[in-house]
Amino acid sequence: MAAAGGGWQPEGQAVLTRGLTKRYGSRLALDGLDLEVGYGEVFGFLGPNGAGKTTFVKLLLGLGRPSAGTGQLLGRPLGDRSARSKVGYLPELFRYQGWLRAREVLTLHCQLAGLPAAGFSDEVGRSLELVGLAGRGDDLVATFSKGMQQRLGLAVALLGSPRLVALDEPTSALDPVGRHDVRELIRRLRQEGVTVFLNSHLLSEVELVCDRVAVVDRGRVLAQGALADLLSGEGPRARCLDLPGDALPGLGAVRRDGDWVSVPGLDSSRTPELVAAIVAAGGRVYQVDEGRASLEERFLQLLERA
Amino acid sequence: MRGRPLEVIAGLTARELLRRRLVHALLLLTALVLVLTGWGFSRIPHLHLGGELLTPQLARLAAAQLLLLVMFMFSFVVGLTAAFLAAPAVAGELESGIALAVLARPISRAEFLVGRWLGLALPLLAYVVLSASVEFWLVAVGTGYAPPNPVGAEAALAGQGLVLLTLTLALSTRLSAMTSGVVAVVVFGAMWVAGVAGAFGSAFHNTAISAVGTVSHLLVPSDGLWRAAVYEIQPKLFASASLSRVGSPFSATSAPTPAYLVFAAAWVLLVLAVAVLSLDRREV
Ligand SMILES: Nc1ncnc2c1ncn2[C@@H]1O[C@H](COP(=O)(O)OP(=O)(O)O)[C@@H](O)[C@H]1O
Ligand SMILES: [Mg+2]
Repeated sequence: MAAAGGGWQPEGQAVLTRGLTKRYGSRLALDGLDLEVGYGEVFGFLGPNGAGKTTFVKLLLGLGRPSAGTGQLLGRPLGDRSARSKVGYLPELFRYQGWLRAREVLTLHCQLAGLPAAGFSDEVGRSLELVGLAGRGDDLVATFSKGMQQRLGLAVALLGSPRLVALDEPTSALDPVGRHDVRELIRRLRQEGVTVFLNSHLLSEVELVCDRVAVVDRGRVLAQGALADLLSGEGPRARCLDLPGDALPGLGAVRRDGDWVSVPGLDSSRTPELVAAIVAAGGRVYQVDEGRASLEERFLQLLERA
Repeated sequence: MRGRPLEVIAGLTARELLRRRLVHALLLLTALVLVLTGWGFSRIPHLHLGGELLTPQLARLAAAQLLLLVMFMFSFVVGLTAAFLAAPAVAGELESGIALAVLARPISRAEFLVGRWLGLALPLLAYVVLSASVEFWLVAVGTGYAPPNPVGAEAALAGQGLVLLTLTLALSTRLSAMTSGVVAVVVFGAMWVAGVAGAFGSAFHNTAISAVGTVSHLLVPSDGLWRAAVYEIQPKLFASASLSRVGSPFSATSAPTPAYLVFAAAWVLLVLAVAVLSLDRREV
């Protein structure tokens, strides 16, 4: 693939912010955000509407200025020009020049990104192909449906081998096929070592592709970490009747919650042992739950607690 | 590689301009006006006054008067067009979200804004020079009248367009496209009225009223440049004879001073710089 990444050495972290704060009048959109995203990570920035996700990405790209705090993008200060030349961005409220053809919009962005002119037409063709608009390059953007415009926006973001791709609600206008395609695209970027910063309020989207997530609400990070850690819940539990005693041999003290029985600290990989121990002790098992919270449960828990 | 984004934006802006209906209509109507006025001017030497053909001298005087009227219409059209084209050029892109993807690229706000400005200013310049040159040529062929300084007149007219263009662009970094356009047109009209008032004041030696004109010419040099254009279009003897046409917007009693022309150019650059600062400081 092409040029922008050539000879480029990663510096620092892909994204790093310290106390990043943004006020709009009296409204606090970002409340002292500390965030780190390593190179090559697919990072999910997850939060309800109005949480501050879009604001955060805009500050990263220098489209707005922080009220307080600092940050770096690709190891450079926020808004730095050379960092921006290695970033692809799909805005949330996207529009592209309706009077241009899709191919012309992409060529424009090749020029603005400073790609070598000789590679424009290949690069444009490749990105149209990637987002499934291969046959529509010569159509006016004004004739595109909202979903097609979003695909075009993705193509714009993928031009020129960026080192980081920031996608703000990339599937908001897409049908299920489109959503699937976006997931595939993100997996592909991961394979190529591209850092992906994915803003989303769609849990399923984040759950399926992200290595690490931060849950954000009202401008604050409520939790962040590897998806698996965030989702690891209370361990496995079983709904059973007729279990005598307060302890299971070989596992330890049991905790009861109605008919539900669990052993604190037990890893979900030991679910079969829990069931075997209950049966051996004379209990009758009706239902077993691995204890892994769904992202949705976890998300709602976090928001409630906040 | 420096400066390239500026050229890209300027090129994009000029291309967009050429696809706009407003511009197509403007070009078509201009062609029509040129044809009609060209025919009209060619009829002047055949007019009779008291049974006699106009003397060539009288024909040229009549042509000069009519030419001022036609050029006044051009000046009005250039001012309005500049405002209507500049208003959406920045505000529209910010409102629609087109600017988000563009400004996230390695391009500075200054490059974006000055690129926009150039992409509008150069076509405007071409329009003024082309339409005015054709008009002057038609008058010369039809009646034998030639303005004393056609190039100066075109420069002043183009300058007036640039004043409106730059003012509107600056407004549109903060206001909506609609608001910027309307405000700029109102300012344009107000400056013109103030200019007429100022000319009355000078004619009647009323310093307070003539100060209105002077201040307006310094505040926004659109009418000041129109007067400069008038001076370069009218026959030399009009300047001294203009008492008979007191306060007319189609007369100018004195030549534009070099200092004023430098001031007008500096005004445009200053407002452009303010526009850059204003865009630089705002959220996208
Ligand atoms: N330009 C703006 N002016 C005023 N308030 C804004 C602006 N942009 C965002 N906000 C406010 O900041 C908060 C965060 O918004 P946003 O970042 O768009 O949230 P999200 O993308 O997570 O839905 C919201 O309360 C929103 O109303
Ligand atoms: Mg958002």
